[in-house]
Amino acid sequence: MVKWTDSERSTIQSIFSKIDKDVVGPAAISRCLIVYPWTQRYFGSFGNLYNAAAITSNPKVAAHGKVIVEALEKAVQNMDNIKAAYAELSVLHSEKLQVDPGNFKLLADCLTIVIAAQLGNDFTPDVQATFQKFMNVVVSSLEKQYY
Amino acid sequence: MTVWLLISCCHHRLGLSPKGGDIPQVLMDVYKPTAAASSKPSPDKMSLSVKNKDTVRAFWAKLSPKAADIGADALCRMLVVYPQTKTYFSHWKDLSPGSAPVMMHGAVIMQGVTDAVAKIDNLTDGLDQLSQLHAFTLRVDPANFKVLSHNLMVVMANQFPKDFSPEVHVAMDKFLALVALALSEKYR
Repeated sequence: MVKWTDSERSTIQSIFSKIDKDVVGPAAISRCLIVYPWTQRYFGSFGNLYNAAAITSNPKVAAHGKVIVEALEKAVQNMDNIKAAYAELSVLHSEKLQVDPGNFKLLADCLTIVIAAQLGNDFTPDVQATFQKFMNVVVSSLEKQYY
Repeated sequence: MTVWLLISCCHHRLGLSPKGGDIPQVLMDVYKPTAAASSKPSPDKMSLSVKNKDTVRAFWAKLSPKAADIGADALCRMLVVYPQTKTYFSHWKDLSPGSAPVMMHGAVIMQGVTDAVAKIDNLTDGLDQLSQLHAFTLRVDPANFKVLSHNLMVVMANQFPKDFSPEVHVAMDKFLALVALALSEKYR
């Protein structure tokens, strides 16, 4: 069972209330596709991923970024049992999408970078620690149903 | 030539591109050979392209005035976010953010990375002495180089949000990974 202090809970709530979700999601997924180009293997149906400009302006990439942030908000609402909340998502990623779970950490790192850029001085070391703890739980929950 | 055939085949099998010529630009940047003039061949790792090196140098010039602060912030974040790294600094009286040892050491680290930027065309030879230091004296587990690199990039994004674009990010990520590799050279 993951334990959250009151301070950690309010930090996570605060982060997600401060960030511009329509910007963060698309920025994180497109950064991931640019910085770690092998992740493009899962997005063959997204059309033009030819270069950084194409990726950042690709509407399917942007739409998928929003899907990701919506899923993260579900985790925020279910912080005491993200494992259960993500069970179906984990099965989806494992059996249907067949994503190598190593990629979850790459996306998590890109989210950290994008949020660090958005929050400026509010992204203190303690806030970073709490956010990375949250993302570790998210990633671990997504890996749970792989076998 | 055969490398391109191999890449095309892999892309074809992964369903990434219908024809050999459609390899995405971001992938070509990864596989492009470095300029022959001043770099040693490094067939077994992702090398920096000419564009990567220019990007790193340009961004480094931009952050130079704040280098010491950036180093201190990155080190401080590493100690807070990855507490296991504190084990290397048990000889410091004060590990808290803004403390004198953290500030000083952050500046020292950034001097090392600045030096690496200057030696970007041959990191292995250029960082030879630093590698010996880390391997034989400090004996830092090389896994931690990745941790520090991550925190350096978090600070770069945090302090230079408009400049730390995805293109700068990928060049910096590759560069810091190669610095880590050069630092690991003498370990075993």
